[in-house]
Amino acid sequence: MKKLLIYLREYRKESIIAPLFKLLEVVFDLTVPLIVADMIDSGIVNGDAGVLYSRFILLIGMAVCGLACSFTAQYFASKASVGFAANVRQALFDHVQNLSWSSLDTIGANTLITRLTSDVNQMQNGLNLALRLLLRSPFIVFGAMFMAFTIDVQCALIFLGAIPVLSVAVFGIMLISIPLYKKVQNALDKVLGKTRDSLTGVRVIRAFRKEQDEVAAFDEASEALTFINEKVGRISALLNPLTYALINIATVMLIREAGWRVTLGAIEQGDVVALYNYMAQIIVELIKLASLIITIDKSLACAARVQSVLDEQPSIVYPETTKHAEPSDEAVRFDHVSFTYAGASEPAVSDISFAVKKGQTVGIIGATGSGKSTIANMTGRYYDATEGKISVNGLAIEDYTREDLTALIGMVPQKAVLFAGSVRDNMKIANESATDEEIWQALETAQAKDVVEGKDGKLDFMIEQGGRNLSGGQRQRLTIARALVHKPEILILDDSASALDFATDARLRTAIRCDLAGITTFIISQRISSIRYADTILVLFDGMIAGEGTHEELLESCEVYRQIYESQYPDHRRSSSLQEVQA
Amino acid sequence: MKSTSMETMKKLMRMVGRYSLWLVLSLVLAAVTVVLTLYVPILFGDAIDAIAGQGRVDPAVVSAMLVRVLICVAISSLCTWVMNLVNNHLTYRVVYDIRAKAIRHIQVIPMKYIDAHSTGDITGRIIADTDQLSDGLLLGLTQLFSGVLTIIVTLVFMFMRSWQITLLVIALTPVSFIAAKVIASRSFEMFRKQAAARGAQTALIDEMITNQKLVQAFGYGKRASLRFRKVNEEVKEYSQKAIFISSLTNPCTRAVNSMIYAAVALVGSFLILGGMLSVGGLSVMLSYANQYMKPFNDISSVVTEFQNALACAARVFELIEAEPEVPEKDGVIESREGSVQLKDVSFRYVPERPLIENFNLDVKPGQHIAIVGPTGCGKTTFINLLMRFYEIDSGTIHVNGHEIRDVTRHSLREQYGMVLQETWLQSGTVRENLAFGRPDATDEEIIDACRKAHSWEFIRRLPQKLDTPISEDSFSAGQKQLLCITRVMLALPPVLILDEATSSIDTLTEIKIQKAFDELMKGRTSFIVAHRLSTIRSADVILVMKEGRIIEQGSHEELMDKGGFYAELYNSQFVSSAAA
Repeated sequence: MKKLLIYLREYRKESIIAPLFKLLEVVFDLTVPLIVADMIDSGIVNGDAGVLYSRFILLIGMAVCGLACSFTAQYFASKASVGFAANVRQALFDHVQNLSWSSLDTIGANTLITRLTSDVNQMQNGLNLALRLLLRSPFIVFGAMFMAFTIDVQCALIFLGAIPVLSVAVFGIMLISIPLYKKVQNALDKVLGKTRDSLTGVRVIRAFRKEQDEVAAFDEASEALTFINEKVGRISALLNPLTYALINIATVMLIREAGWRVTLGAIEQGDVVALYNYMAQIIVELIKLASLIITIDKSLACAARVQSVLDEQPSIVYPETTKHAEPSDEAVRFDHVSFTYAGASEPAVSDISFAVKKGQTVGIIGATGSGKSTIANMTGRYYDATEGKISVNGLAIEDYTREDLTALIGMVPQKAVLFAGSVRDNMKIANESATDEEIWQALETAQAKDVVEGKDGKLDFMIEQGGRNLSGGQRQRLTIARALVHKPEILILDDSASALDFATDARLRTAIRCDLAGITTFIISQRISSIRYADTILVLFDGMIAGEGTHEELLESCEVYRQIYESQYPDHRRSSSLQEVQA
Repeated sequence: MKSTSMETMKKLMRMVGRYSLWLVLSLVLAAVTVVLTLYVPILFGDAIDAIAGQGRVDPAVVSAMLVRVLICVAISSLCTWVMNLVNNHLTYRVVYDIRAKAIRHIQVIPMKYIDAHSTGDITGRIIADTDQLSDGLLLGLTQLFSGVLTIIVTLVFMFMRSWQITLLVIALTPVSFIAAKVIASRSFEMFRKQAAARGAQTALIDEMITNQKLVQAFGYGKRASLRFRKVNEEVKEYSQKAIFISSLTNPCTRAVNSMIYAAVALVGSFLILGGMLSVGGLSVMLSYANQYMKPFNDISSVVTEFQNALACAARVFELIEAEPEVPEKDGVIESREGSVQLKDVSFRYVPERPLIENFNLDVKPGQHIAIVGPTGCGKTTFINLLMRFYEIDSGTIHVNGHEIRDVTRHSLREQYGMVLQETWLQSGTVRENLAFGRPDATDEEIIDACRKAHSWEFIRRLPQKLDTPISEDSFSAGQKQLLCITRVMLALPPVLILDEATSSIDTLTEIKIQKAFDELMKGRTSFIVAHRLSTIRSADVILVMKEGRIIEQGSHEELMDKGGFYAELYNSQFVSSAAA
């Protein structure tokens, strides 16, 4: 939490000025009852109109000064709190850029987005209120007491007794109800979840005739919410009447005491009015303070959550400089590599060993969850192997700087995502300095030239967020082109031709082969047709390599591969298996 | 507009119905509280008047006044407390009732309504709008009532003390309003700009964080940070201005209030000098002047809330008053043979666009019907009709010899086992989800079904196996689909509807599932929606759909001989894949 304060350092001046001016305003506020008392005691009693006028002008002057102080305070408070929030947001965003994929998996995108948006905003609110009011309310409460002492010590003792009692009542009720509000939120989330369930699953619920069960489950959640709501409500319902009663009891005692003091001639009637006014100010500020503390408490919780993200250390450490490597004809080598995802009980891939020569095309085929993408992601060192060694171009993967490794690899992920912006912006993501010519070249290889040529503005064509104004196939071809723009040495196509028709898919593979001679290509696919002409094919089964070789070799030697082949080319089934199916 | 608001208000009052006594009680208590709360300063004023100065203190009057204060405070505190409890009970119960009504209504609302509204929209009505409704309308009602009452009673009490000061206060009131209004219009503009800048920032956060892996894989992080810095600066600028300007409202009204306070003090002092007011009276006037603005501010915010709440209420009522499904007849399908006949069936989603016209199909028990066509050809329409999620416009559908409109929807749907395109799992454990259609299934039966559907392979690896709780992203799309298949595998209904059941499962897993399905489908009537032609070649009848219509119908051989759309579809896929 304290670590976040460094983001406030830039606004140190503002963070001091704002509460200071707020205090000044309080001083003006607190003198008002004294002036009124003076009006009564010297103006009215002596019938001095001049005193009355001068005091009136003084009151107006105080109001204006108070306003000026308040403006100053609000200005600096907003500057400091918003600036602080902007600094935190930027730091958080920058930090996310350095988090490892494991951390990203564990934290989750939704959580990160919440941290960056609503949590930081809540912190901003909390800080803003704290700067403006956190000092103000206690200052008024104690200031009022102090003023009471300046008027009359005997009467002020009632203040001394009343303030702790009131504080206990206000803060006690708040402290009891705050944790309960969390329960309310949980109960509400359950009702919300149940509602969403019964809407998204409406067809299944109706098909399985579970309408009554849904209603019963909803009622249960709704009943629980109502119960906890009423429970919290009963406690917070006490706040107003209790504090109201307490402050008035204190006032009654005050007036009684004041009566004695006036009888004794210790104070005058105007002083009684002033004391009465001070008492009234206390309760308003105490309640404000309590609700302020709730807001600050919430903000602190948000701050702790933001801090925990900032504390998340990048688990992958890159060296300062890339080590020098002996020239090697091997592009990628996996040596008994195993990897377990954070939180998973079993490894995603185990004991993977293979070597790929530069310029080769490698096909990787296997079932969902068999570890295909994991292998691709480890090649880019997005995850570090739990066991075993991976080397790229003969050099251990840990010996590359992040920039150098990124430059070597062209990644085409499974999900074809493009960013909002022009085609050119998207193409330049991996290589900022790419020329239009280079971009067109990449587009041509990726079979995407006609896609872009067909759009208004060509390279300036604006892609909407997520690329929704393009078809799935068009998006995929553009993502392939994007990976080619920076001329990587290793190209990884992670099931990235699935939306292409067979002919385009074939042309794409030919183009990569011809245009990008010397590039090492990994093709991850579920289609035999995409990988059958690869130099070598890895067949994955349950996180392990079930077969390795060319298409023909695997048809002979690998049962898993043969099954996949036969399912996709039913007419090529050998007669025996055909009979098996018909039987 | 006005009349619809009245209409909504009337509907709400009907909802409040059995709680109307509570509402009346709340208003009565509010009235008592307001009057007593405002009366207390007068008593204090009288007490202070009895302490005029040394030798002019009347202890009897002081004591009498203070005792009255204590009585008033006791009653008023008690009333406030009971009123708070009553309000809680009232609002939470009304919310509960509305939600209970809404969830029941959702079960009988036509699928058409649910399809036409987004989940977020309907959820919003049931959760947020309902809360808003109760807070805004019910609490608003009491707040509005006490606000207005406070102003009236304050003015009456003030008039009783001093009409001159009262007139002064009334005359100065508009100044405060004008100040608040000027600030509000300025800050509104800034808030609009802030909202726009924040929107752009959120969009960027969304894009870059959701695709963070991509950003990192391309080394785009530094530039993403730069882009972020730009929007962040913009948000900072507008936020600072918006927050600063809007935060001026309170100091300004406070300053105006202080000036009114000063004016009251001055005028009051002269009135005292003129013998028209007592010092105690001035203290009463000052304390009224101090809190006089508060109910005005309250009322204006309550009115905004109120308008907001009315809009929410209208949305809630639109949902719970939506026309329910056509009432059902109480027939029951006894047989489980699995025959389905469609005669002259016509159906349109919208009257202008004919979809299915005079469609005939006779499915004998155990036959397999494949539905094929390009994506978006309306294959789900067919399922909507079979399951009676939508009503057909004309013609008849018979299942096991029963016209589907002569039997209960439950009895009809009991005949079907369905795996839908979009997988749906309930929050709960794996076991609860699998046993959805057969809550009495034993663990052995469940595990057996899991084995057949090949879902056991990953379920057995879960930390708590069948007891593992399911959350939004604990499973891959393929695994979710496997769970849905297992669910049907366990229930074993006579007719199967498989809607692109294996589309997001890779070929290798699909082979296994196909084998399991072969077993499941044996002797069971099956409707299979799939775009993998190899899996439907063995179907008894193939329905070819295009743009929502059924354009061809027959066996694979018949359709190939016919050389129509199906033949074209089949050839294009097969030939190109062989050539590749």
